Amino acid sequence: MEMPVPNPSIIARKARVVQRLHQVLPADAVISDEQETRAYECDALTAYKCPPMVAVLPYTTQQVSDVLRICHEEGVPVVPRGSGTSLAGGALPTADCVILGVARMSDVIETDYDNRFIKVQTGRTNLSVTGAVEEHGFFYAPDPSSQLACAIAGNIAMNSGGAHCLKYGVTTNNLMGVTMVLMDGEVIEVGGAYLDAGGLDLLGLICGSEGQLGVVTEATLRILHKPEGARPVLIGFDDNEVAGACVSDIIKAGVLPVAIEFMDRPCIEATEAFAKAGYPMCEALLIIEVEGSDAEIDHQLGLISDIARRHNPVELRQSQSPEESAKIWLGRKSAFGAMGQINDYMCLDGTIPVSALPHVLKRIGEMSDHYGLKVGNVFHAGDGNMHPLILFDANKPGDLELCEEFGAEVLKLCVEVGGCLTGEHGVGIEKRDLMHVQYAREDLDAQMSIKDIFDPAWLLNPAKVFPLDASESRRSVLLAAE
Amino acid sequence: MMDITSEDALVDAIKGARTPVSVQGGITRGLPKTGAVLSVAGLNGITLYEPGALTLVAQAGTPVADIEAALAQENQRLAFEPMDHRGLLGTTGKPTIGGVMAANVSGPRRISVGAARDFLLGVRFVDGQGVVVKNGGRVMKNVTGYDLVKVMAGSYGTLGVLSEISMKVLPRPETQATLVLHGLDDTTGVRAMAAALGSPFEVTGAAHDPAQKKTMLRIEGFETSVMYRLGRLRDLLGNMGAEITVSDEHKTADAWTAIRDVAAFSATQDDVWRVSCKPSDGPALAVRSQADAWLYDWAGGLIWLRCAAGHDLRRKLGAFDGHATLVRADDETKARLGVFHPENSGVARLTSALRAKFDPKGLFNTGLMERAA
Repeated sequence: MEMPVPNPSIIARKARVVQRLHQVLPADAVISDEQETRAYECDALTAYKCPPMVAVLPYTTQQVSDVLRICHEEGVPVVPRGSGTSLAGGALPTADCVILGVARMSDVIETDYDNRFIKVQTGRTNLSVTGAVEEHGFFYAPDPSSQLACAIAGNIAMNSGGAHCLKYGVTTNNLMGVTMVLMDGEVIEVGGAYLDAGGLDLLGLICGSEGQLGVVTEATLRILHKPEGARPVLIGFDDNEVAGACVSDIIKAGVLPVAIEFMDRPCIEATEAFAKAGYPMCEALLIIEVEGSDAEIDHQLGLISDIARRHNPVELRQSQSPEESAKIWLGRKSAFGAMGQINDYMCLDGTIPVSALPHVLKRIGEMSDHYGLKVGNVFHAGDGNMHPLILFDANKPGDLELCEEFGAEVLKLCVEVGGCLTGEHGVGIEKRDLMHVQYAREDLDAQMSIKDIFDPAWLLNPAKVFPLDASESRRSVLLAAE
Repeated sequence: MMDITSEDALVDAIKGARTPVSVQGGITRGLPKTGAVLSVAGLNGITLYEPGALTLVAQAGTPVADIEAALAQENQRLAFEPMDHRGLLGTTGKPTIGGVMAANVSGPRRISVGAARDFLLGVRFVDGQGVVVKNGGRVMKNVTGYDLVKVMAGSYGTLGVLSEISMKVLPRPETQATLVLHGLDDTTGVRAMAAALGSPFEVTGAAHDPAQKKTMLRIEGFETSVMYRLGRLRDLLGNMGAEITVSDEHKTADAWTAIRDVAAFSATQDDVWRVSCKPSDGPALAVRSQADAWLYDWAGGLIWLRCAAGHDLRRKLGAFDGHATLVRADDETKARLGVFHPENSGVARLTSALRAKFDPKGLFNTGLMERAA
């Protein structure tokens, strides 16, 4: 993956930049020692690493504003960082950048149960947002699998999803307002504790902009009361296509489960060996969860089971207790870990129309043979968001590149059948150069012109999202001006 | 008047335009006209509908009624419940799906399932220089690049003219019923709605009519489930001091259509305002407004207010968390007070830069979203 050549004139001014940052931040908030900046050299896409020039960890919106103003004046690129859990390289530094981490901004500012919102600083982790309101029976719905560690700042930047978004939506559907600092230090307020923008929907634009439009320091989030209960049913099939048809029939029947998860045989085998959840050995496994009171759950699981039985499942196990539910979820929740036990893996994130599922799984199988790399599929079947896990050996020369080539082919296939490159992880650097596959030049220009407005000098997270050749003229404006 | 029947023709019309145009679909939403009419009502037809994937793609001028009919055949619906403005505004056209999305029109169910913008998965539009831009797609989860889909929803045609949209649709529930609380004042009504929304019983509509002192809470789903939830809600709200009745499926549907379309204000001539606010602020804002009548939807977070013609509601309300839109008034009043709420300076600078970027010739619904001087 190519990154822009660091600007030597910026690196030459490091001492001056550090000194100016010290003037506006407490001593412990500026990290410039080469050993210590190494802690910020990558995010969860660990194949790519580069220590930043400086890392800063401000405590307040004012300090974020001061940092951005200084970097703007000095012409220094800034890479915002939440908890560094991006799977797409969204927080990958360059050697001439300042990493701006919001991890120390984790306060709850306001909780309001009557109006059903919580306002937090964005360094707060996803799970601890729910933690702050669960005593009153409430929760924050988007639940990316990294929710123990990932920050709301990163969730907003990537418009994160999760297993339960079939019912509750993704981040953008649960975000009501933000405080955001623009690259020149201006602090703006968008939205708040009320619904829908009065004018243009800037909130929708900011969510999912991968830290390229501004640094969001505070967020107003919608909270909901927890359902009375939730239980899954596990259904095994000896054919992927039949499993896909079953999902489609359930949706058509008017049942809207909170989650429909799908695992294929390689993934089931790996998971069984690792977690011993007692899954049946079959071609396709569905875990479908519904919510409500006990009687409501029984009714819905009954309907789902009736539909499933018409497709001749090899196994159908309806959970009757929290213990059984935990056992059904155990394998799914350890799927990534199980695949990781076998080898290094790359996790893809394309979305496809649900109807294309059998075709896409067949093609992925053929590609797996062609590239000689094993792949397991686990994904959110209700919304078509796939997570093929391609296994490779990071210590074997050429294997990573082969894996990336395979991954790119899978993502191209997703677009070809009417889907997209990324459903919830974001583009970052990982899918950056594939954007041409999904979007024409004009489509990318329209998106880049948004960044021109928010960040005219292209200093915020500049080498992400857009193919380097497409963004080059914009990114070089600054260099030319020097 | 330019009648457009293809995206190519739309491109040509925009490239050829030298003076401002009024972008129109079904002409039911009562927007002031500026310049020649550019109608996209001829861009008509459902392009793709996959019930099992809960997605539908249609050309922007497709009548909402056609889409609802197609969905009904598969027992599905537009869950965000778009308002029909014709009764309130006295307009007569056919509402189009492009108009619904361009104005981000949602109804009572917005509080539980989201707004029109939350159901919009993808768009094709033509910008002010005649360039066709696509964004999003037809799958439910998509974070590939910036989300121009959201900013097109509610942009009232000021950034570009929608040619095609793709949407998420949802199953129609088996049945519905409404719990009605009688005799509550505004503050208690809003408190009852907050308690209902803060319960696990998935209320999909919460409205309060001060004139009739009726607070309505809608439950939808499978029949046994609806019965169960009504019972639990009744227990929960038993201490509010209200007489509680249940209205059945048929009466419920009509009542919620009336709330959605603000039918109570349709036979009058006064100005009508729409205020989005923090729900618990609703009653105090209503008093401050000095309006002649009002209704609460969205558990108090949406207030419809009827005022004497020319009444400057925003001045009466003063500063508050939210925004006020002038929905019905004569063109002079709309021009004087502005249809949309003034934005804070940071947001205003960005939104006006966005309009300038996408519509550099100033063609589309010029001035509509900026505050009149």
